[in-house]
Amino acid sequence: MDDLLDQYDLVLQAFWLTIQLSVLSGLCSLVFGTLLAALRVGPISVLRAAGTTYVALVRNTPLLLVFVFVFIAAPNLGWFVGTPFLVKGVIAMSVYTSAFVCEAVRSGVNAVSVGQAEAARAIGLTFTQTMGSVVLPQAFRAVVPPLASVLIAMTKNTSIAAVFGLMELTGRMRYFTNNSADDTVIFLVFAAFYIVLVELISAGAIGLERRWRAAR
Amino acid sequence: MSTVLFDTPGPRTRARHRLYALLSGVGLLALLGWFVWYLDEQGELEYELWEPFVTPAYVQVLWEGLLDTLAMAVLAILLAVVFGAVFGVGKLSEHAAVRWPSWLIVEFFRAVPLLLLIIFLFLGPAGLSSYWSVVAGLTLYNGSVLAEIVRAGILAVPKGQVEAAYALGMRKTQVMVTIQLPQAVKIMIPAIISQCVVALKDTSLGYYVLAPGLTTVGRQIWTEFGNQFQTAVVLSATYIVVNLLLTLLATWAQRRLVGERRPIVHPVDPGMGHGGPGLS
Amino acid sequence: MGHIQKVRAAAVALALAGALAACGDAGDDGDEGSDVEVQENAADEFDDGTRMKELADAGSVTIGVKFDQPGIGFKGATDDAPVGFDPEIGKILAADLGIAPEDITWKETISDNREPFLQNGTVDLVIASYSITDERRQVVGQAGPYYVTGQQLLVGTDSDIDSLDDVKGTEVCSVTGSTSLENIEAEGAKPRGFDTYSECVDQVLNGTVDAMTTDGAILLGYAAENPDQLKVVVEPFSEERYGVGYSIDAPEMCEWITETIEDAQDDGAWATAFEATLGQSGVETPDPPAMDECPAA
Repeated sequence: MDDLLDQYDLVLQAFWLTIQLSVLSGLCSLVFGTLLAALRVGPISVLRAAGTTYVALVRNTPLLLVFVFVFIAAPNLGWFVGTPFLVKGVIAMSVYTSAFVCEAVRSGVNAVSVGQAEAARAIGLTFTQTMGSVVLPQAFRAVVPPLASVLIAMTKNTSIAAVFGLMELTGRMRYFTNNSADDTVIFLVFAAFYIVLVELISAGAIGLERRWRAAR
Repeated sequence: MSTVLFDTPGPRTRARHRLYALLSGVGLLALLGWFVWYLDEQGELEYELWEPFVTPAYVQVLWEGLLDTLAMAVLAILLAVVFGAVFGVGKLSEHAAVRWPSWLIVEFFRAVPLLLLIIFLFLGPAGLSSYWSVVAGLTLYNGSVLAEIVRAGILAVPKGQVEAAYALGMRKTQVMVTIQLPQAVKIMIPAIISQCVVALKDTSLGYYVLAPGLTTVGRQIWTEFGNQFQTAVVLSATYIVVNLLLTLLATWAQRRLVGERRPIVHPVDPGMGHGGPGLS
Repeated sequence: MGHIQKVRAAAVALALAGALAACGDAGDDGDEGSDVEVQENAADEFDDGTRMKELADAGSVTIGVKFDQPGIGFKGATDDAPVGFDPEIGKILAADLGIAPEDITWKETISDNREPFLQNGTVDLVIASYSITDERRQVVGQAGPYYVTGQQLLVGTDSDIDSLDDVKGTEVCSVTGSTSLENIEAEGAKPRGFDTYSECVDQVLNGTVDAMTTDGAILLGYAAENPDQLKVVVEPFSEERYGVGYSIDAPEMCEWITETIEDAQDDGAWATAFEATLGQSGVETPDPPAMDECPAA
């Protein structure tokens, strides 16, 4: 415990790196995942198939192997050699997480019952109006819980970066356990940082859901 | 296709869509072709880099690695089902002294990264072997996820059945064991198999503690031959095939046991998380 | 029905893969290291009740070594036994117990599990680039040193780094949670932790990081594998004295290990072992280090 207090700056740096990894990967995954979902529900058959294949491949591959591809295999092909480690981490996380974001978004759109859209069309709303004021608001609400699950899992998954050159929380934990007998205390302290992040996302999701429910 | 959203496309729109499909198809094929060309250019397609994967001795170690991986995942899931049943029921207990610790344990293990847990079990005072660190880590994490599923499964049993059982003079434990749990388990089985996919992928984390399994064998192979890319391709392909087979099994089990025609929803779960506290 | 067909197709694919598998012939039979002379009737040499006697009677011994450090201790996925200086020392010790190399059980150890392995009896000996430290001697026995090395840097042959000052601000790879990584971070380098040394070497080879750091003995092994691309630089900036780990419950082993290694140093077996392994990197065989006194029993 003394070690942690003496070198609190190292701990905070690691926490900051975990936050950077999570936020940047989260944003990239949301954008890319939503695009993928658009491909998967869109009218162009080839792109639909491409999106489906991407999701099926990535979702069944362990994230660890995605990291191996980006950090260990790609440099051998001459890729990402000069790329900063943080960027490589964000790439690996986003490649993986966007497949799950895609599924969450798609399930949200599908969750809006067809009758809603039919009714909107029947009373004469245009496509833009139907989407803008009937389908999408409900889709967003339906997407919040699964999307929050994905983001929480993603935040925990950033720990995999620990042995790929990024001194985030888990890597820093091993730095401290190397020199100390207080393994349990160190473990609990580092676990607490992750729990804080998870709870923040969780609370944010509940807040959003509540707000949109009130708007109904 | 939700054609409700817009008018049924006319011949011109359909022609346009066909054109887009053609263009994007050509684009994707070109990208793929370029990638293969690039790999060839870099010498990554040379036979000697792939040769280990058609050499009996290495196929053998990979096969054994796969069996280890499967064994760890299955063992962890079996233990996790027990863990999940105990704590899932615990969370529904009427006694606060049982309910609160169950809640705390389940929430803790769901919120902590699995990798952190495995490392702690391996290095910490528990000092488990690498194999058991992975199995125990997977058990605690997946068990906590299953505890939520058990809880939801039990709550899904119609209240009338429970009331009827009480009316017949059954006691609380009897109602739980003979009425609620069996039905909950039936609902849970497809979810459990899906969780196997998650557990199987997570066994890859054994890489960090040298546990036996595919990723550790893979590392030995690329250390020996310097074929990181090729090994990663083979390992990923193996994981994908096994996971797709498991998903098929889950779909079949779902249809058989629950009778729904709809395929089972793949857990929305990037490997390590099934939502956090408060999101059930 | 559709599923059964799919399963059948998968089975066919598997069978095809199996048939293909017969064609490949990857991997070579690496050299097996030096030969050792196995002591005959060794069990008679030891007093009853000693751990050495037990092992000699059993005719087998379990030794923990590294599997991922060329030169020190390395084992390919399909190899039966590891190769390197540490396994060589293990064979010398086993031979003195009358145990042939093929009767040694090799266990992979990583930095973190060496003490637990000795404490819970998973292994009888640890010979795994295992630095002697006072903290470790609290919980396990360590005889030696049989080799002395120190932390150095491994860089590309065209690298500008040639002093410790040059690492400031550069990216230096080592194993996550290792003391080497800690030391280099203290020197102002950006620490890049990976899971094993071999991954670090790849990162240096493909130019992702500027250098890797750990004990010179380990780095020499990698430099030997890629002499055109890698070199070891900087005077050792720490002293690592490799010892043979044994259970603290069997203090009698210390005298035996020390004497056996001293004999090997005198009769040239130590030098032969070095030349067959670490010496392949082109470094001259050093004078064997003086062994520590064993703690009074």
